[in-house]
Amino acid sequence: MSIEDRIASDQPDSFAFSKDNEAEIKRIIAKYPKGRQASAVMPLLDLAQRQHENWIPMKAIELIAAKLDMAEIRVLEVATFYTMFNLKPVGKYFLQACTTTPCWLRGSDEMMRAIKDRYQISSGQTSACGRFSLLEVECLGACVNAPILQVNDDFYEDLDYQSTGALLDSLEADAPLAVGSVLGRSGSEAAAGATTLAAGKPAKATKKRSAANA
Amino acid sequence: MPKLTVNDVEVEVEDGSTVLHACEAAGVEIPRFCYHDRLSIAGNCRMCLVDMERAPKPIASCAMPAGDGMVIRTDTDRVKKAREGVMEFLLINHPLDCPICDQGGECDLQDQAMGYGLDGSRFSENKRAVDNKHMGPLISTVMTRCIHCTRCVRFATEVAGVPELGAIGRGESMEITTYLEKTLASELSANVIDLCPVGALTSRPYAFAARPWELNKVETIDVMDALGSNIRVDARGAQVMRVLPRLNEDINEEWISDKTRYAIDGLRRQRLDKPYARGRDGRLHPVSWDEALKSLASALRKAKPNMIGAIAGNQADAESLYALKSLMTRLGSPNLDCRQDGAKIGGNRAGYLFNSTIAGIDDADAVLIIGSNPRIEAAVLNARIRRNWLSSRMPVGVVGPKVDLTYDADFLGQDPAILDALADGSHKFAAKLKKAKKPMIIIGMGALARADGAAMLGKARQIAEGYGVVTKEWNGFNVLHNAAARVGGLDLGFLPARGGMDIAAMGKAAMAGKLDLLWLLGADEIDFEPFASSFVVYQGHHGDAGAHHADLVLPGAAYTEKDGIYVNTEGRVQYATRAAFPPGDAREDWTIIRAVSGAVGKSIGFDTLAELREALCAEYPHFADADEIAPAKWASFGGRAKLSAEPVGQAFDNFYMTCAISRASETMAECVRASSADHGAAVAAE
Repeated sequence: MSIEDRIASDQPDSFAFSKDNEAEIKRIIAKYPKGRQASAVMPLLDLAQRQHENWIPMKAIELIAAKLDMAEIRVLEVATFYTMFNLKPVGKYFLQACTTTPCWLRGSDEMMRAIKDRYQISSGQTSACGRFSLLEVECLGACVNAPILQVNDDFYEDLDYQSTGALLDSLEADAPLAVGSVLGRSGSEAAAGATTLAAGKPAKATKKRSAANA
Repeated sequence: MPKLTVNDVEVEVEDGSTVLHACEAAGVEIPRFCYHDRLSIAGNCRMCLVDMERAPKPIASCAMPAGDGMVIRTDTDRVKKAREGVMEFLLINHPLDCPICDQGGECDLQDQAMGYGLDGSRFSENKRAVDNKHMGPLISTVMTRCIHCTRCVRFATEVAGVPELGAIGRGESMEITTYLEKTLASELSANVIDLCPVGALTSRPYAFAARPWELNKVETIDVMDALGSNIRVDARGAQVMRVLPRLNEDINEEWISDKTRYAIDGLRRQRLDKPYARGRDGRLHPVSWDEALKSLASALRKAKPNMIGAIAGNQADAESLYALKSLMTRLGSPNLDCRQDGAKIGGNRAGYLFNSTIAGIDDADAVLIIGSNPRIEAAVLNARIRRNWLSSRMPVGVVGPKVDLTYDADFLGQDPAILDALADGSHKFAAKLKKAKKPMIIIGMGALARADGAAMLGKARQIAEGYGVVTKEWNGFNVLHNAAARVGGLDLGFLPARGGMDIAAMGKAAMAGKLDLLWLLGADEIDFEPFASSFVVYQGHHGDAGAHHADLVLPGAAYTEKDGIYVNTEGRVQYATRAAFPPGDAREDWTIIRAVSGAVGKSIGFDTLAELREALCAEYPHFADADEIAPAKWASFGGRAKLSAEPVGQAFDNFYMTCAISRASETMAECVRASSADHGAAVAAE
């Protein structure tokens, strides 16, 4: 896969950060010691991606390189290393499906099948309507509620064929379901409700202890 | 100084050494791919694994600092197994195309697979394939062969100072590329070919031309710039196939510039292989040596001694300079000049040498560059300045055009008045020079090859003396030449003798019809217009500007075709060795001059090169000390006149074409095209 295959063939002629983002960039760079501004490359790539319809054009890479006094190739190295940075346009809803072992054991194949049946897309492709892109990713770190589908920034958990379809319905209507477990689990507690610490909230105890410490 | 044991041998290594160094000190060879002495440590190939006592698993010796009391073993079963395992991994995606690979026969991977690998592979899947990358006209890529050692990336970033190479993607889809596949914009770019341990980056002009074992290898000296880089010329029969760097810590370390490496295809084109004389029809016609010598002898006899002139070119060897000087002296002509560009130098040796020596750059803590662009005038030397700057961030000031030198520099401007301000301390850069303990001045031909060059030199000396550039232990006053023959010529006084004319005066005399005969010893870079009415003899190896304007052409030998002595910009005497024979009827230059001296009846005496060298060394003893620098004594030099207002420039703008050989080279022409296509704006600015 050469660089042409990794980046969008249709690149915008220019890129500039918005005023708000410029202020944010200043704040981010200030976090790092002087001369170590290059450490800000990942947050800046993230800002560029958020500002630019969820993908990073080459002009943004060059702009970030100039802002952080880095070589352009160094920024490109980072941008191509992480799958979270998109160098090609993606749909409004960017679906990242986890298919690593725990999700797979819990039925990620069904979840994938629901997406494929509806849009006829496989990993790395965008639906005909242009609003949905699918990417198969490695562990999203929420195995306890597997399988997981990440839609842009949000996790939808405990999916199966039916519920994935319902989720896609809601996305198509631009009225996304509530984020989290589609079974209605709170956090990662057991499906049938909390099984431990049922007697009461530990908050008081914590308070007491911290009072004692103080 | 940690002491450690390697395979039961106790060794003591310097602080900051690694386990790999310790193993080498103990005489144990450690296989490696990513580790390189002159680059930062990456530790990603894992080939250098060794066993360390009390370590749970093998350690990467290149990245492990040597510690006191470490017990290292490299001969255990575990090390053997680790090496076999690493080699097996490396070969998983490496194609088995050694028979069609240019690296074959000099490939680290091939050698180490033989030495440390298994005999077979257990991998039965498909190998990955990687698209080849465009890296310009010099580097041919077969990226499927890449093992991701990242030596090329580190070289471009650290040594060459052009961070354009990088590794994109990760894991199995990692690929080495330049940013958007531009040509690597460095004068040192082709060194990545030597660094590449496999056949991923190979030489494009040399592609499929020869195998290393069929080449005749000769160690000699480069003449493309004034550094005198140590090179190895590989020839097959009469043809020079390639040039590789040779290690010399004091000069080029193990790098050479792209011009040094690739101008050699110019040696095959536009060669003068027989004598030519201009006929009545105004065209050059081939003649025999006899006819040529006869006509030259009669022309020399006819000419008045003080109306004969000789100008030496930039690549003349000391022997031919000495022979021609001897002949001119015998003829009674005082008109000699080896400064084609009209540089106002000569006389006191400290006034035209790179006194600090090239290795001395490592010690400098401030540099003032006047009228020079070391990046294109001496690319390898520039890498040394960069290395010092990388570690010390020393201040670098430049009086001259604003260019990218690969390190940060203060561009003080092009106005010569800045030198006055520096001399009297009113310029703000003066404080930085004052603070430095070992300040250095590098003055180039952009400042010296002009009408007020002598005054420039004098002003630079004044600055040097005012800022402690010259002390008892340190002499940081450096003249950076760009002609390989220049220091040799100045050393043996190929300069106007008493009452003689320099190149400008010769031109004036010729215009007035007072120069009967002009002898050009490989001089192609002068203004020929004034000499239209003189009888011009061109002795050289290429049909370049000099031959076009000549009335008589004597075919000589190029630098790879003769034994010769060259003195580099530091004043280091180096002996070059012949690698091939000159084409056709061309002869070694000193023999031509000797033959002419016989024909004209003014014999210069010596009949063999040994005799010539004996005479040369008797007169100028330091020529006998090969690889030595005779230090120059500091004395007054340079003029005191007022500087003109003309902006200070640099010696030349086009790195790739500076001599008859490089102008005849197709590879160099392609480099010019590629760099103007990819980096048009940058080249225009430079």
